[in-house]
Formats: sequence, C-alpha cells, structure tokens
Amino acid sequence: MQKRVLILGIGNLLWADEGFGVRCVEHINQRYSWPENVTVLDGGTQGLYLVQFVQECDVLVVFDAIDYGLEPGTVKVIRDDDVPKFMGAKKMSLHQTGFQEVLSTAAFTGSYPAELILIGCQPEALEDFGGSLRDVVRAQIEPCVEIAKTYLAERDVVLEPKSKDLTVESLSPDQLSMEIYESGRPAESQAYRYGDARFIPVDNKDA
Amino acid sequence: MTVPLNASGLDNSGRRIVVDPVTRIEGHMRCEVNVDSNNIIRNAVSTGTMWRGLEVILKGRDPRDAWAFVERICGVCTGCHALTSVRAVEDALGIEIPYNAHLIRHLMDKTLNIHDHIVHFYHLHALDWVNPVNALKADPKATSELQQAVSPAHPKSSPGYFRDVQNRLKKFVESGQLGIFANGYWDNPAYKLPPEADLMAVAHYLEALDLQKEVVKIHTIFGGKNPHPNYLVGGVACAINLDDVGAAGAPVNMTSLNFVLARIREAQEFTKNVYIPDVLAIGGIYKDWLYGGGLSASNVLSYGTHTVIPGDKSTDLLPAGAIINGNWNEILPVDVRDPNEVQEFVDHSWYEYAEGKKGLHPWDGDTSPKFELGPKTKGTKTNIKELDEAHKYSWIKAPRWKGHAMEVGPLARYIIAYNSGREYVIEQVDRSLSAFNQATGLDLGVKPFLTSTIGRTLARALDCELCVDSMVDDWNALINNIKNGDSSTANVEKWDPSTWPKEAKGVGTNEAPRGALGHWIKIKDGKIENYQAVVPTTWNGSPRDSDGNIGAFEASLLNTPMERPEEPVEILRTLHSFDPCLACSTHVMSEDGQEMSRVKIR
Repeated sequence: MQKRVLILGIGNLLWADEGFGVRCVEHINQRYSWPENVTVLDGGTQGLYLVQFVQECDVLVVFDAIDYGLEPGTVKVIRDDDVPKFMGAKKMSLHQTGFQEVLSTAAFTGSYPAELILIGCQPEALEDFGGSLRDVVRAQIEPCVEIAKTYLAERDVVLEPKSKDLTVESLSPDQLSMEIYESGRPAESQAYRYGDARFIPVDNKDA
Repeated sequence: MTVPLNASGLDNSGRRIVVDPVTRIEGHMRCEVNVDSNNIIRNAVSTGTMWRGLEVILKGRDPRDAWAFVERICGVCTGCHALTSVRAVEDALGIEIPYNAHLIRHLMDKTLNIHDHIVHFYHLHALDWVNPVNALKADPKATSELQQAVSPAHPKSSPGYFRDVQNRLKKFVESGQLGIFANGYWDNPAYKLPPEADLMAVAHYLEALDLQKEVVKIHTIFGGKNPHPNYLVGGVACAINLDDVGAAGAPVNMTSLNFVLARIREAQEFTKNVYIPDVLAIGGIYKDWLYGGGLSASNVLSYGTHTVIPGDKSTDLLPAGAIINGNWNEILPVDVRDPNEVQEFVDHSWYEYAEGKKGLHPWDGDTSPKFELGPKTKGTKTNIKELDEAHKYSWIKAPRWKGHAMEVGPLARYIIAYNSGREYVIEQVDRSLSAFNQATGLDLGVKPFLTSTIGRTLARALDCELCVDSMVDDWNALINNIKNGDSSTANVEKWDPSTWPKEAKGVGTNEAPRGALGHWIKIKDGKIENYQAVVPTTWNGSPRDSDGNIGAFEASLLNTPMERPEEPVEILRTLHSFDPCLACSTHVMSEDGQEMSRVKIR
C-alpha cells in the first residue's frame, strides 16, 4: 500500500514570523503538484483538532516557526523521536503546546506516523500583530520547501512543478494570501502593533 | 455561606498562591488566590497575561474579508468568530440571507458547538475529575458492569474492550512518555473516582477522539474544507444541487446531505449514551463538591441563539436575556445596540481611555494599551511575583451589562432558558437533577445543583444534546426547502461596495460554545473604520471594575477549600469548567512555557 503523506504548516499568520509554517504550505500549494497519497494542509493553530490528520498519515512533514534561541532565520531540521521532545523543550506560543499534545494523543491511540520530520525556522519577530514574515525568515521558505522535497523524494514521493494552465485553488481564503495580507495592513499610527511589555520590552514606550 | 461579589468582601491576608500559567486552556492565563488558615480560598485574582489585539488588524480592510481574519485569532473558536463577523457586516449593510443559508449556518454552528463541547470535556476538563493513572488498577470486568449500569444502550461495554484500553494505557504510561497525562497531581485526595470509573472515562476519551473527527466533517461539506471552513457575507459558501453526482468541490447534493445526517446521528448517540451519563456519573461521585457557582447564582447573560424563524429572536431555542441579583423570576431584555447596556471598563486593565474612568460601548470602543503595575506589586515588571489587584492587573477588559458583572456560557444560557419556560430545557434539567438526586440520595434543588462547577459542566453537555437534537430539525427543514424548489444559498444584491451607504454600523451576536459573543463594526467609505469584539472569556475572565465588582472566574473560586494548596487541582477544575479561551480575550506571547502549572506559595 502506498504511504500516506501529510505536509502540514502550523502557526498563526497574524503574528509576523509565526506564520512561517502556513506560508510554506501556501508556497507549495501555489507552485507544485503532488500525487494522490499526499495531503497539503494549512493547520493554523488548530492544536488537538489536527490529530486525525496525524493519525491518518505514515509520513508527516511539519513546517513551523521554532524558537530555539538561534540566529533569526536559522533553519533546524528535526526527525522522528526527537520531534515531540523538541517541541516540549522550548515553547513560544499557543500552537506548540497544542502540537506536542497532538503527537502525544496520536501515540496514545496507536496511530502514529512511522516517519516524522520538522522543518523549523528561528523567527526574528513575533510581537508584530498584523505583520508578515521578516526578510530573513521569508528567505527560508524556498530552502525549507527544498528540504521537504528532497526528504520526500528519498521516499519516492515527488512534488512536480505545477503546470501553468492549472488554476490554483487556495489553501486559505485569498484575503489571507501573503500579498493581500501585507498590502492591506493598517498603518502603525492607526493600529497599535506591539505586545505585552513584560515579554516584549522593545518599542513599548510605557515599559 | 454566600460568595462575596465585590472586592470589599475579599480577604487577601492569607497565604498567596500563584498559578501561572493555568494549563489545559487555549491561551495564557494567570491566577492568584489567598487561602485562609483552613486552606479555603478567600481572594481570587484572574489575569489574562497576553495582549489582546483582535481589532487592530482589521482597520481599513474590506468588511467582506473580516471573517477570514477573525477565524485565525485562535485555534478553537474559528467558526464562531467568522459567523459573528459576517452577521455584523450583514447587520450594518441590511443584508438578509436566504433560508437555506440560515439553516446551513445553524448546522455549521451547532457542529462547532458539539465538537468544542465534546473535546473540551474529554480532552481538557475530564482530567480535573478523572485520574488515568488510577485506571490502571481497575478490574475490566467490574468496569464493564459499571458501563452497563451507567448507560445500558452503549455497545462498547465488554470486559475485553476495557482490558484492551487498559493495556494500551499501561503501555503508554510505561513508555515513560506520559505525554498528555504527564502533568497531573495524581496522588491528590481531590481525585475521588474509583479505578473502574477512571478506566471507563479513559475509554471514552478515546471514543470521543474518534467521534470528533467524524462530526467535524460537516464543516467540510458546507464550508468547503476543515480546518478553517469558508464563510460568506450574504449567505454560505456552498451551492446546492440535490441531483449532482460530482466529486469534491461540487455542490452539496443528496449524498453529502445524507452523510451529514449520519454524522448527526452518531453525535446524538454519543451525547445521550456517553457524554451526559459520564457527567452525571462524575457529578454523583463528587456530590459533596458543589463549589464553584460564584457569579452564576446571581448574574447571568445570554444573547440568545438557534433562532428558528429567521429574524424572530422570540423563536430562539435558547433565548436572550439577563438575570441579576439571583432573581430567577425576572428575565430582563438585552439590547446590544444600547450604549448604556454593554460597556467595557479598563480601570483594572492594562489599557487607558482618553476620557478616563467610564465604560465604553463597543461601537465607541478603544484599545490603547497602558501597562503599569500598582505600588503593592511584588517583583519586577518582567518577573512579577505577586500582582497588585487594587491597581491594573490584566490584559482583559471588564465588560459589564448595565454596570453588572455577568457570567456567560452554557450555564448562563441554560439558567435563562430554564426560567424562560423553554420546555425542552426544563425537561433536560429536571431529568438530570432527578438522576443526580436518585444516585446520591440527596434532595438538592435546581439552583444549588446548577450553580456549581459540576452544574456548569453539565449545562455544556445538555447544550450539546440540544444542538444534536435540533440539528435533525434543521436538516429536515433544509431538505424540505430545497425540495420545494429553493436552492439559493447567498444574497449578493449588496455584494458590490458601490451599493453601500457612505457610513454604516452593525452588530453581530452569537452564543458561542463559551458564551455571549458580540462583534461591533463601523464601516466608512467601504472600509472597516472600527471593529470591537467582546468575547465570552472577556466577560468571565474580567478583572474588577470601577466599583470593585469582581468577574465570574474570580467569584467562582471563592470559598472553595483546597486539599493541598501547592497542587491547584480545585482551581483548575473550576476554571476549566468555564472552558476559558484566553487566546481570544487577550493576545499572544508568553515567556518560555513549562507544561506544568508553576505554583508558588508565599
């Protein structure tokens, strides 16, 4: 039987580099075609609600922003048993707690992917509400997608460039596509962009 | 002893216990309590530890796009925000949706409620009552007998079935990666279930996981995909053609509608044969633990939901209304447009208003952060040991209805529906109470039974039952309407912004899984000028207001005895009974989290 593959992007695209994982699968969706045994999914911050997708796959590829105290834009690739451990070791936001639990829950049910790869990128900025990817993180989308392509090719799963006459059905509503999302952003004078002073002292005049 | 509902009645002289973060919730929350010499909670301080920024990203955007943004605010409330957003825009622009869209939105909304309630109970809240480690000691045969006694109609009840579940649990625990069960206080005497009940609950944890993945497929049928189903200003984002035989992406047809009905039936069976019996069984064993009612015994608010006849709120299955001061004989009308009814205060929140101390109606809402700590704060700005609740202490605003703090959620809407004479609800509540009294030998009245932590948890299960049952009616009405020749799913007359007035304002409301949800929008020159959302956890998690009135989370913890103050089982149990979603009520960023609640006692 053919291996079932899930390519999953997680994160919150409303929080700057937190959107990295979702933008990676958007990139794949726009540029590649894949065989029927592959699912490409924008998981957002759905946490436990993603468990059935994980249970149903044999090979899981996850794109995510990961805070490991590295130089912003650094890519880190983690495999198999190290993934849940890694995600528990250092968390930065809502969805990582969620995803570690997703893996743990899937393990408890006995339906756990045989192979697992996390392709993560160290964010530069998260505290920018309504913002988009920073340049150093954006620049890692293509290299990270290449890592996934190579990984999958080693498993006889090939992502082919999309033929030009194929219309692309978006993974997310068009209004969230990176271009529209970025161009429609309100000016800073209109809408405060920063966060909690205790955690994000920069640019907060009251801190 | 009644619970004090004002800061003036609280005693913060005893030992201070800090729980940060509160785990197994969506988002980031901190809770501080003072306990007296008998370890009874006498003061409670609930803090949203993230900044809330839902509104600011929407300024200047196309109102027709707002739903897609608000759907991304957090991981669990996606569809409720999307639905409430399209309602706000439709209200502002005077758009009426087709009857099919009305029914399909019901089916999607109720699916979301069912999904949310079941996952909340089994995967987030059950561990406050159920001890999975203790389940390893259970006798599978006795568990089988218990299952057949609790729910004779449930087919999964053989000794072999429970033995398999127990073996799986054993393997999981022995693998050393306790994972989902890693962070409990499993030897705390606050856990009271016998091992067999614990094992039964663990089995249902797994069954619920299978059920939820099926029921949510209804969103894929009507919303095109899941997660993140599509919504549409003017209707729903799917077409209908009963005779269509197309593949994915094709219009909704008879095959897909039959699939929807099958999923509803499954959820119905699970709710009636597993979910409600489990809550009642747990409630029966914790019969002496009737704490946690707090504000629910006095003030509750509902915007009303599940309107049967479009536009006629008097046909809501769960009606709108407010009760204050515990007077169940009077249901007060609620008007979300009245500038003097729903108002948000920020005296104790990390925001400031240009005009100082006053409440603002959401249409005039303002979200300007001001982070400052009171003089009695212990620690530093970046490492707070103890908050000064006499000053600003939360990123959550304090919404009030006519100046009153209100509890919202399934319990609030059930109290209002019960006292509004809704027969379906009265039957549900009376049936549950009678089962509880029969099992426990108690003679409890409706009020002390419902206005408790277990009552809040039960109301959620009953809410789930109402959703599954009424979905069958929605489904039948949809089929009838389509067979009568109406296949319209969207009204696009006012899709083009050139048809809109220069300025407009609107409000969308809903009873989301967690309670009263409102989105208020102002539109100018075709763009969003102001957008404010007052979400359920803002009501329940609110800090104090100008007059010292405390919110529902704080009130619910008062007078609760703790077995071991260093292990906040009781605090988590009651806070989880609200199904808090701090991701919506506040916003992101925590310091590096630890899975386990960090508890500090001073």
